Amino acid sequence: MTFLIQQTMLFAVPLMIVALAGVFAERSGIINLALEGIMIFGAFAGVLFVNLVQKAGVYDAAKAAGDWVALQGFELLAMLVAALLGALFSLLLSFASINLRADQTIGGTALNMLAPAIVLFFIRLIANQNTLQMATGDSASWFMIKKTTLGFSRTADLGFLGNTLLHKVYLATYICIILFVVLSIILYKTRFGLRLRACGENPQAADSLGINVYKMRYAGTTISGALAGMGGFVYALTTANCASTGDVAGFGFLALAVMIFGNWKPLNIAGASILFGMFKCIAASYSSLDINGDGVYLLATAGISSHFYRMLPYLITIIVLAFTSKKSRAPKAEGIPYDKSTR
Amino acid sequence: MKKNRLSALYAKDGTQKLLASLLSILIGLVVGSIIVLIVGLTSKNISLSGAWDGIRLIFAGIFSTGRSATGALTFGFNPTSLGNMLFRATPLVMTGLSIAVAYQTGLFNIGAPGQYLMGTMVSLMVALSIPTDLVPPVLVWIIAFLAGALAGALWGAIPGILNAFLNINVVLACIMTNWLAANLVTWLFDISSFKNMAEGTKTGYIYKTAYNGVATAKCGLDKLFPGSQVNGGILVAIVLAIAMYILINKTTLGYQLKACGSNRHAARYAGIQDKRNIVLSMAISGGLAGAGAALYYLSGNTEFFWSTYQSLPAVGFNGIPVALLAVNNPIAVIFSALFMSMLDIVGLQMTNLTAYNEYITDVIIATIVYLSAFALVIRMLLSGRKKHGGEPAAAKAAEPEKATAPVPAEPEKGGDEA
Repeated sequence: MTFLIQQTMLFAVPLMIVALAGVFAERSGIINLALEGIMIFGAFAGVLFVNLVQKAGVYDAAKAAGDWVALQGFELLAMLVAALLGALFSLLLSFASINLRADQTIGGTALNMLAPAIVLFFIRLIANQNTLQMATGDSASWFMIKKTTLGFSRTADLGFLGNTLLHKVYLATYICIILFVVLSIILYKTRFGLRLRACGENPQAADSLGINVYKMRYAGTTISGALAGMGGFVYALTTANCASTGDVAGFGFLALAVMIFGNWKPLNIAGASILFGMFKCIAASYSSLDINGDGVYLLATAGISSHFYRMLPYLITIIVLAFTSKKSRAPKAEGIPYDKSTR
Repeated sequence: MKKNRLSALYAKDGTQKLLASLLSILIGLVVGSIIVLIVGLTSKNISLSGAWDGIRLIFAGIFSTGRSATGALTFGFNPTSLGNMLFRATPLVMTGLSIAVAYQTGLFNIGAPGQYLMGTMVSLMVALSIPTDLVPPVLVWIIAFLAGALAGALWGAIPGILNAFLNINVVLACIMTNWLAANLVTWLFDISSFKNMAEGTKTGYIYKTAYNGVATAKCGLDKLFPGSQVNGGILVAIVLAIAMYILINKTTLGYQLKACGSNRHAARYAGIQDKRNIVLSMAISGGLAGAGAALYYLSGNTEFFWSTYQSLPAVGFNGIPVALLAVNNPIAVIFSALFMSMLDIVGLQMTNLTAYNEYITDVIIATIVYLSAFALVIRMLLSGRKKHGGEPAAAKAAEPEKATAPVPAEPEKGGDEA
């Protein structure tokens, strides 16, 4: 059970934070189809930062001394770098869709094509292969929080909650959850959030009340880019051993689906991403999944093809969307370039 | 008098579209060159002359004939490259058509990769399972081709149905069906007997169709471009492009599809069955993608890596830039597909001849797509027409100006771009 929860979290948390990224963009009126591309770019930026800092030997002493606080700081810095570059990359989308009033679907598609191309171009130049990894060690030995890092003995039993939440976890996961809560509150309970949402519903009315629609939309997409970039790095760190391959396995698109399924509302999105995270987790590790702890791998012995488990997340998405799409309500003005003269 | 004719030509819709596309291409190539130059200047491994080689290859890689004895790049007529360009353009023409046709109905068919995969699977399975000692290979080829197209059409119809009847966002439905197709193809090939066991070194591949004696006719093109993979498939693709041009611009069905694309509700009010047309448009679109896969894999000497559940075929996605560059004109799709496959060859030359790699051409393509996102807007500003909001999100991809009076303007447009 502990294993199932932890694995589900690994998939669900990046999905959740990237889906929230989508919410910030769409609530301000910009369709961010580029989530996938921004994730890829953010993952690359974070991994490259880790790689370069390791090569410079900045944290070697901390690693040797087992100073895990410093190492967690390193992880946070990498997340920050990924977020910054994700935000920077998303400016391409905001510029095209806000200033030039371009087609947002095509702009997003362009970014989705640009990110893997440019990332792979540089990875090949830097690493001479198609994967950029950490310079030394792996993400588990550098960044993972274990019992022993927290000062417990190797054999200590922390109970169910302790085992689940404190052993073999990443700080990044918790940071994302905190960010998710804080940003959701900002979106609903602050003046800024209200204005942002107004720009996605009725920009003309918002403008007439003195809100700068262009500025709010820039804010929305930039927050979106930062979150997606960070989500991309967290995904790479926690599920891909801190390696960048110019690919996040369609996670950005899945996050988009989660966002629509969650009806553009944070609480529903949290629920939806846990659901999808669980199916993703089943697909990835059904063969070693011991649900009730009796030593029998139920899913592996059920005789169902592994291919079927891999299809499940996508099938479930379609089925769930089929039931919820009729009453789903997108922000009214999303995808429509704002033109002052049509007010 | 002459000047008047020139300015009249410039004012034409088609001319402006062509100019916008050419401008995008040029900017894309320049951006690629700038990246190559910056990398060349900052990297220790690459000298300035290496960067210059890279830039020359970006613009003229299709004519590259390798390096001379002194190590300098040589250029000239390279029939192998040109032939391979035609060969690789074949599926691109088809996926480009696929995207372009769906665009006319206001649908963004990002599902082409999945439809392409289904076409691949079905055409390969049919071509390999019909015994050629009983049925003539030509007939097998035709059946396999049609089966591939049908598979693509059925797979394409799924997002169409989901969108028309259940109101699911078509982009999302397409993305989901893409990954479903990738898993399904892997699954069915995994349990099939088509995995290449005869050649021990080729693990993970399906038998070539030549194994069963099925291969696309060369149509004399191999004489023209010796040493390349070119075959009659490109001719089939061109014929289909012309057929699509006629379907879209000269038939009632085409008019109905376009009417649904410009305003679904107005079309319904005018008595057009909008739901049927959405499904039909996606089915045609999927059929084209599936047919493209069939043309590529029935050539006889192409191999399919079947364990594809983690990746989608790039050819499917590259249909998007092909269609955008061609401004969704089926005839222009042929030329933009040729341009894209030329970039593909350029990428290979970059990897072979310089310290750079083929991904720079993907950067160029992405830049072109990015530019074409607001090329529509620039053209609209030029012609002084405004885009009106209020359509569903997927319909945003449709061109607004085609909406009002498509029929009279069409014949000139095609001629200009061809």
